[in-house]
Amino acid sequence: MLSVKNIHANIDGREILKGINLDIKPGEVHAIMGPNGSGKSTLASVLAGREEYEVTEGSVSFLGKDLLELSTEDRAREGLFLAFQYPVEIPGVSTTNFIKAAVNEKRKYLGQEPLDAVAFLKMMKEKMALVEIDQRLLSRSINEGFSGGEKKRNEVFQMAMLEPKLAIMDETDSGLDIDALRIVANGINKLRSPDRAVLLITHYQRLLDYIQPDYVHVLYNGRIVKSGTKELALELEEKGYDFITDEVDLAANQ
Amino acid sequence: MNNITYFKDQFEQLQEANPKGTIADLRKHGFDAFTKDGVPTYRDEDWKYTNVSSLFDKEYQMAENSEITLTDVNAIRLPGYKQANELVFLNGRFIPNLSTIRSGSTDLIVLPLEEAAKGEYKDIVAAHLNQSSNYLNDGIHALNTSFIDGGVFVHVLKGKEPEHPVYCYHILDARQNPALAQPRSLILVDESSKLQLTESYTTLGTEDSFNNQVIEVVVKENAYMEYYKIQNDAANANQVSSTHIRQIGRSYVHTVTITLNGGIVRNNMNLVLDAAGNETHLYGLYLLKGKSHADNHTLIDNLKPNCFSNQLYKGIADDTSTAVFNGRIMVQPDAQKTNAYQSNKNILLSENATINTKPQLEIFADDVKCSHGCTIGQLDEEAMFYLKARGIPKESAEVLLLQAFAADIVDQIKPEPLRSYVSKLIYEHLAIQ
Repeated sequence: MLSVKNIHANIDGREILKGINLDIKPGEVHAIMGPNGSGKSTLASVLAGREEYEVTEGSVSFLGKDLLELSTEDRAREGLFLAFQYPVEIPGVSTTNFIKAAVNEKRKYLGQEPLDAVAFLKMMKEKMALVEIDQRLLSRSINEGFSGGEKKRNEVFQMAMLEPKLAIMDETDSGLDIDALRIVANGINKLRSPDRAVLLITHYQRLLDYIQPDYVHVLYNGRIVKSGTKELALELEEKGYDFITDEVDLAANQ
Repeated sequence: MNNITYFKDQFEQLQEANPKGTIADLRKHGFDAFTKDGVPTYRDEDWKYTNVSSLFDKEYQMAENSEITLTDVNAIRLPGYKQANELVFLNGRFIPNLSTIRSGSTDLIVLPLEEAAKGEYKDIVAAHLNQSSNYLNDGIHALNTSFIDGGVFVHVLKGKEPEHPVYCYHILDARQNPALAQPRSLILVDESSKLQLTESYTTLGTEDSFNNQVIEVVVKENAYMEYYKIQNDAANANQVSSTHIRQIGRSYVHTVTITLNGGIVRNNMNLVLDAAGNETHLYGLYLLKGKSHADNHTLIDNLKPNCFSNQLYKGIADDTSTAVFNGRIMVQPDAQKTNAYQSNKNILLSENATINTKPQLEIFADDVKCSHGCTIGQLDEEAMFYLKARGIPKESAEVLLLQAFAADIVDQIKPEPLRSYVSKLIYEHLAIQ
């Protein structure tokens, strides 16, 4: 589904990603972990198409298409979803209207008829129950005055509505207390399906207590330095990142 | 300038036909002032950014035998018209037989200005016409006064709250020649009465038009007024629209000015708060593209104590358009405990667009609260990325964000039919690239 090959990326002339390789198949859940500044969020940004980042080398294929050739909006309409680490507040734009526009833009792109008001409301109701989000939030402006947990829940709700093929969750666990984390994780788990892949980007292992990944990768200094199964996450939790990063640094210095 | 000879000629003909009375005297006074001051140029501080003299390069026809029909009027009626008093102006002249007055004469009086100046209301007209403020003294204003002819007098009677709002449709006929209109209105909102007034502007045909409008409103004790100005005319339709509102008794005024399409548009919104405890709210929205130029000059002159005023003007400038905001607040020595707030927020969408904004506070009292602020920015990049990351294309994302920017002004249009109408106009205006 997603095949990242030797991606190098810069911001303001500084190289952040130094050759990333990653393969994700439908239905799989991958977790990318790593210390601060390792390039985790940069990877999410590059995949979603943030223009500040310049890809200098490598390729990304998504469902057989050259992802880097697609605009941000086309990537989304092809089925890529980025849950933001810091969801943006947009005063004056109602959440419901925004989601309706997003859903119908995607349908248009795929050659489907737009949803009418009744069908849209029905879908909203179903997905609201799925991710446990309150109607009140959706009638407000996008994320305006939402708490940290509400913002993240809104991200998962949008994911549910847009039914992506690949969801990239950028530090979705950050800033959440344990109850909020459980609700958000439950939402994501309910959205797992055999044809949908999830890429979890996280600093901490605790999210992985709730969402069991198939693979865990450690990102350090712009490269994936170790990959494994969910046991790798437990090992990281126990020993800290140092046990891997020291090894990498040592190798680099020799 | 050929126009000066033409104006002199027209003025003399007008005076010959109607040589006597209050209005003829005012016209004489106006024409003397116009002859002396001429058309303002960029050298006048108040006209620094708006080149109104360029509008006088054309040979206009005033008061030609223009004809319009009910069909023309039907095409431009505003939503809610079935419940409204509709006043039709053609080339600046009030046309009674195309107008519809739904309110009874015990609530609302609508008369040709000349008629009002002679009959029962002659003292009111003499007391208020061209008396609105000290700020009536530039050449362009004098030109309007020189040609007071065919104007309208509207009087909301004491204690009355007409259920039908007043809609004014200004139609300029530029089908044959460039059209010049100089409508003049005098509105009296009497004690404890209520008025909702809306004005719109339409140029017929493809020639240039120039609407040099003056409206004077007198608001008395315990009265309430809402005033909406909707400017969405052709790209070669120009106007100088001067609104003078004098609150001479403790009263409430709420105005919203919406400027979408047009050529050179200059709005003077002058408020004189001549009674203690007045409350005034001024809102404005300009969404400019192409070569449009919109200049909003507001003035709030606080003469008496304890008045409250709030101004919020917002706008965007795209393509090669130009926006000007000049907000002047004067607090005279007697006007202690004045509360005056002003804010102007702009979004610049193109490298070739221009925004000039200037607050101007002149305070001669020592116990007042005044604040002002202005911003010029761009669309929020993070918000744009967020919307695009959900599959909304750039153009639609921009429209969503600009609509959101406009929303807090549109929300100030209190009647629902007009509010939805303006919302829709704005959406269409923004969505067409």
